[in-house]
Amino acid sequence: MAGVADGRGVLLPLLHALQDEFGYIDDALVPHVAEALNLSRADVHGVVTFYHDFRRQPAGRHVIKLCRAESCQARGGRAIERAAVERLGVAMGSTSADGRVTLEPVYCLGLCATGPNALVDGVPVSRIDGARLDRLAAQVAA
Amino acid sequence: MASVALGADDVAEAFARTGAEVIRTGSHGLFRIEPLAEVDTADGRIAYGPVAPDEVGAVLDGSHANRLGRLADLPFFASQQRFTFARCGVIDPLDLDDYAAHGGWVGLAAARALSPAAVVATVKDSGLRGRGGAGFPTGIKWQTVLDTQAAEKFIVCNADEGDSGTFADRMLMEGDPYCLIEGMAIAAHAVGAAHGYVYIRSEYPFAVATMREAIVRSAARIAPFTLEVRVGAGAYVCGEETALLDSIEGKRGQVRAKPPLPAIAGLFGKPTVINNVLSLAAVPFILANGPAAYAAVGFGRSRGTMPIQLAGNVRNGGLYEVGFGITLGELVDEIGGGTESGRPVRAVQVGGPLGAYFPPSMFHLPFDYESFTTAGGLIGHAGITVFDDSVDMAKMARFAMEFCAVESCGKCTPCRIGSTRGVETVDRIIAGDRIDDNIEILRDLCDTMKFGSLCALGGFTPYPVLSALDHFPEDFGGATALPVAAE
Repeated sequence: MAGVADGRGVLLPLLHALQDEFGYIDDALVPHVAEALNLSRADVHGVVTFYHDFRRQPAGRHVIKLCRAESCQARGGRAIERAAVERLGVAMGSTSADGRVTLEPVYCLGLCATGPNALVDGVPVSRIDGARLDRLAAQVAA
Repeated sequence: MASVALGADDVAEAFARTGAEVIRTGSHGLFRIEPLAEVDTADGRIAYGPVAPDEVGAVLDGSHANRLGRLADLPFFASQQRFTFARCGVIDPLDLDDYAAHGGWVGLAAARALSPAAVVATVKDSGLRGRGGAGFPTGIKWQTVLDTQAAEKFIVCNADEGDSGTFADRMLMEGDPYCLIEGMAIAAHAVGAAHGYVYIRSEYPFAVATMREAIVRSAARIAPFTLEVRVGAGAYVCGEETALLDSIEGKRGQVRAKPPLPAIAGLFGKPTVINNVLSLAAVPFILANGPAAYAAVGFGRSRGTMPIQLAGNVRNGGLYEVGFGITLGELVDEIGGGTESGRPVRAVQVGGPLGAYFPPSMFHLPFDYESFTTAGGLIGHAGITVFDDSVDMAKMARFAMEFCAVESCGKCTPCRIGSTRGVETVDRIIAGDRIDDNIEILRDLCDTMKFGSLCALGGFTPYPVLSALDHFPEDFGGATALPVAAE
């Protein structure tokens, strides 16, 4: 809970910390979080399910977040998205059957002049073309 | 983050291996030349870019082909008025001495020598309006918080920069974090707040890390004011100020009905200044140089400078800070250099996913709040996304509705249901199903969303949809359907 000086409104920082630790937020944790913060289970469930970032199942070993927003579309993002789905053999928003890679949409990484962009295991990658996509696919196959 | 995404880490490592002293700065804001390296010489800082890791030797001996000379001499930089971004790319972002040596903390010292009311008056006199999109006068917002009696008040910085085509907040937080911190400390003095929050979207991990470290290092400078970072969790709607407040409170990021205004009952029910990064970061300049120096630049009722972001399919993509009043065409064709693909510009979207699409026939528009409102659009956070002639505007209209459906907080029906119906209706138009009837339904739906939604997400999604319909009707089946019917 580093960085939270003020004791109020700590649910999001706590959920981030849990996800950083375990990779996802297990439904079994929800009653404990609720009790610790004196909230109802429904409140905590509501927050976990509202935000796109919070996972209720583990992600793949590698996570590729591919930008789908307008600026990346203007730079060929749609074609790269189709190629990524084909190359990785996994649909957008899902994890491969072998648990190796999760492919997710993201709406803007703030790299809008150098798209198409992705965040690969937290590392930003710009100007994705066929060759760079091949390298990314090889990287996550390892 | 942009230069790192283009390989700057490897270049920095290659320089370090040569024994050179390497200082990592933020970006100057011209991404065509990233990764960029500048070498300190007797003639000033000489820039080279883009630079690959195996080319660092050529940079050090001055033989590299991409020698740009002094950046300030390049037309892209020489024609700017950098009030807010003066230090970005120049200083070591976390070095307090470097910040002070480049004019840092002068504004805060000036503010603390004044009464709170005098600081608010200074901001009012500068003409500063909210740079996050709505353009509300910043000084009036601060006045309301100052005038509201309460035991506790807050300063909240909205750093949930979710609009596609915008990256100025990210660049400033990564490249000159103390500028934002100084602006927040000035706001705190002006209204009597003791604590503040910077709410940063999770998609900006580097900005989060830089701001956290900068807050630790500058704590003594801004005391007794204290600050902390809160991180979003991938919800676009949390860029709306009341949804953002709910998110900091640990709730679902749902929009609140106004009134009450956040200035009267905001975070935890207390009077709250909530401003965008660029609004707060403009304040140190205003206090250091006086309101007249800021107000002297601009156009009409839009005073001062705007950090404009050129994005999408554009040759000179990047950040361009200039006074209001420059035309859209100057920005896209001259500063931006047209498309990167070399094909003709067909459409530019101004103001993010909720902004209108404009054709080149409207490039005479001056860049200011009123002109864009009159033209059926908005400047928003000043992102300009350029598309070449391969764009299908019906698909972009569909995307606008789809984005609204994905990101709707769900609180109001026009936004939640209307956006899903919107996707279905555009799909029917694209499929050629009763095109005229469905266009009428789509326009009616946009009308309902515009006037019935609680916030800008549902309320402004009609801008991209209707502007696509109005300016690019040929993409909605009409033009091609007619000749077929005539056969």
